[in-house]
Amino acid sequence: MNYANLPWIILFLPLAAATVIALFTLGNRTLSALLSIGAIVTGFILTVAFIAGNGFHPAVSETSATWLSIGTLQADFGLKLDALSLMMLLIVTGVGGAIHIYSFGYMHEDRSMARFFAFLSLFTFSMLGIVLANNFLQMFIFWELVGVSSYLLIGFWFEKPSAGDAAKKAFITNRLGDFGFMLGILLVWGLLGSLNFGELAAAMKANPAALGTAATAAGLLVFCGAVGKSAQFPLHVWLADAMEGPTPVSALIHAATMVAAGVYMLCRIFFLLNADALHVISYVGGFTALLAALIAVQQNDIKRILAYSTLSQLGYMVMSVGLSGETPAMFHLTTHAFFKALLFLGAGSVIHGLHEEQDIWKMGGLKKHMPITFWTFIIGTLALSGVPPFAGFYSKDSILGQALAQHDYLLFGVAVFVAGLTTFYMFRLFFVAFLGEPRTEKAKHAHESPAVMTGPLVVLSVLAVVGGFIGITTIYNSQFTPDAEKLTVAQQLLEPLHNIVPMLLGIGAVAVGLFAAYTLYGRTESDPLPAKLGGLATAMKNRFYFDELYEATFIRLHDGLAAVADFIDRWLVEGLCIGFIRGGTDLSGRTLRLLQTGNLQTYAFLFTLGVAVVLYLMLGK
Amino acid sequence: MQVGLQHYLVVSALLFATGLLGVIIRRNLLVMYLSLELMLNAANLALVSFSRFKNSLDGQVLVFFIITVAAAEVAVGLALIVALYRKRQSAHVEDLTSMKL
Repeated sequence: MNYANLPWIILFLPLAAATVIALFTLGNRTLSALLSIGAIVTGFILTVAFIAGNGFHPAVSETSATWLSIGTLQADFGLKLDALSLMMLLIVTGVGGAIHIYSFGYMHEDRSMARFFAFLSLFTFSMLGIVLANNFLQMFIFWELVGVSSYLLIGFWFEKPSAGDAAKKAFITNRLGDFGFMLGILLVWGLLGSLNFGELAAAMKANPAALGTAATAAGLLVFCGAVGKSAQFPLHVWLADAMEGPTPVSALIHAATMVAAGVYMLCRIFFLLNADALHVISYVGGFTALLAALIAVQQNDIKRILAYSTLSQLGYMVMSVGLSGETPAMFHLTTHAFFKALLFLGAGSVIHGLHEEQDIWKMGGLKKHMPITFWTFIIGTLALSGVPPFAGFYSKDSILGQALAQHDYLLFGVAVFVAGLTTFYMFRLFFVAFLGEPRTEKAKHAHESPAVMTGPLVVLSVLAVVGGFIGITTIYNSQFTPDAEKLTVAQQLLEPLHNIVPMLLGIGAVAVGLFAAYTLYGRTESDPLPAKLGGLATAMKNRFYFDELYEATFIRLHDGLAAVADFIDRWLVEGLCIGFIRGGTDLSGRTLRLLQTGNLQTYAFLFTLGVAVVLYLMLGK
Repeated sequence: MQVGLQHYLVVSALLFATGLLGVIIRRNLLVMYLSLELMLNAANLALVSFSRFKNSLDGQVLVFFIITVAAAEVAVGLALIVALYRKRQSAHVEDLTSMKL
């Protein structure tokens, strides 16, 4: 059995669900939710069936149909099926499915739940489109669709001005990156004459210098797309604000799938990147990881801490791609999808249980009231911190190993430091929010979430525990380094021991971070760091003033340009050009109106005069 | 002196010019109407003369038509003027400027 058409069904099921919800069932909340959940869960089952039937490297790795053909440009609409896209398919439908089910519980009170699920399905469709695309053009279209659907989801509670602003900020910031992405695509198409990933890879293999002097520019322009979507410095500012959306959205879009699209895209087009471009990519990633981890240390909003942690982990992945380590990058992407979705959903459960309270200093003592959330959250925290043998330990270790293998000691040092910071801010969150005594009335009366919400938490926490050694690296290796040996589960469990330096340093950083977090936050009623760090803590708390900096420079500059454009439009175009034509017409109209005397005899006289002139011209010569 | 076609045509042209002048200058609608009839009959005179001197009856046929139509026109026109006078209590063109913007 090869089920060749299954991926098409998987791709279009969520679109069908979104359409049906939008057109017919907006009035029926439960039916809408079930349609949306059904579409993605069916997608997951079909994906599993497809992989069971074909393995991770199907015989027919590409199916496509000509979409449009203009001159030499032929745009296909096709699906690429290999280990990379099939694994992403599993993540998007699997983790996404868990989040869909969770949303059913989380959004149950919301009166526009049907609309929420329509958007969620639209997003899933767009994300699957990126994952399955076999050419740049199709990927770009779905890339933009993801942007639109994330805009809709971030701004879901559009009655709140902050949510509307955050949605706009996310969309516009992404557009900046996408502009570079589009230029990169055009450059690649102009130089290589194809948009198909397979053909491009073949062309680059046949002639590695095919891009000539534009190779670095092309690589970096394409990377711009990833900078926007994966929220790397300097376009990282949108992700934290995007937390204004409902928490399942934060889990789905801003942890597990959408922000991973940038990293996925880089792995997909890795053959286009030359050494210089990779160098820039790795440092952008490393810097983002460090910056975001420092900011996360001083945030107090539970979702914002997780958002900056996401940024930091995305920095890890991008850095790993830049260090030519696609397998570690995708490995970390996968495990990160598990535990970050878990953490976000756990945070959502806490927020839900505390009636929309997001400040960690107003929580505390949640262990007794929310046992399932508590235990799953600690698993997520351990996995994210990289405590062995949780999933994050293995993927982070492979990235550290990659940095060391590339002899980039600066980035290696940054990565180890960030690992320590990660542990520190995650356990700060954990100690403050979950342990100790309840700090507010809300925290005293917290209640555990319903089973429809805790169920996905349990499933994801199982994945966060075992994700590191169940063969995910083997699958990715089969794509990126086919000659790597296949390891058994036991071998994978002990794999880090082969590379002892990064493992020891990684565990050491985790231990230091944990110790620091316990000393400072183990039992405290207020944050001791501002007193110790002074100005640095204030800067961290204010996100190193990036928003203010952009406000003072780019936005001010943009406002200035807009004012100039407004002047040109209002006075030159509207005033001079249009005003002149309008005024001229008006004036001649008023002049001609004078001839309309209404006096019968004047008309008769002029009429006679006209006849006389005509007669003279005809007969008078 | 032999009276020829040209003499008739000159008389016709004089009649026409008198009528036109009346239409343009006079302010009373009824007088303007009389002048209008004068212009019609100037045309009739020209047609009859052509018919007489060219030995063709076509012109006379046309004249009969014109007389018939003119009779109808007078009936309608006078009726309009009477109606207008009843409404406005005036038959002077200066008072009839409602078409002016």
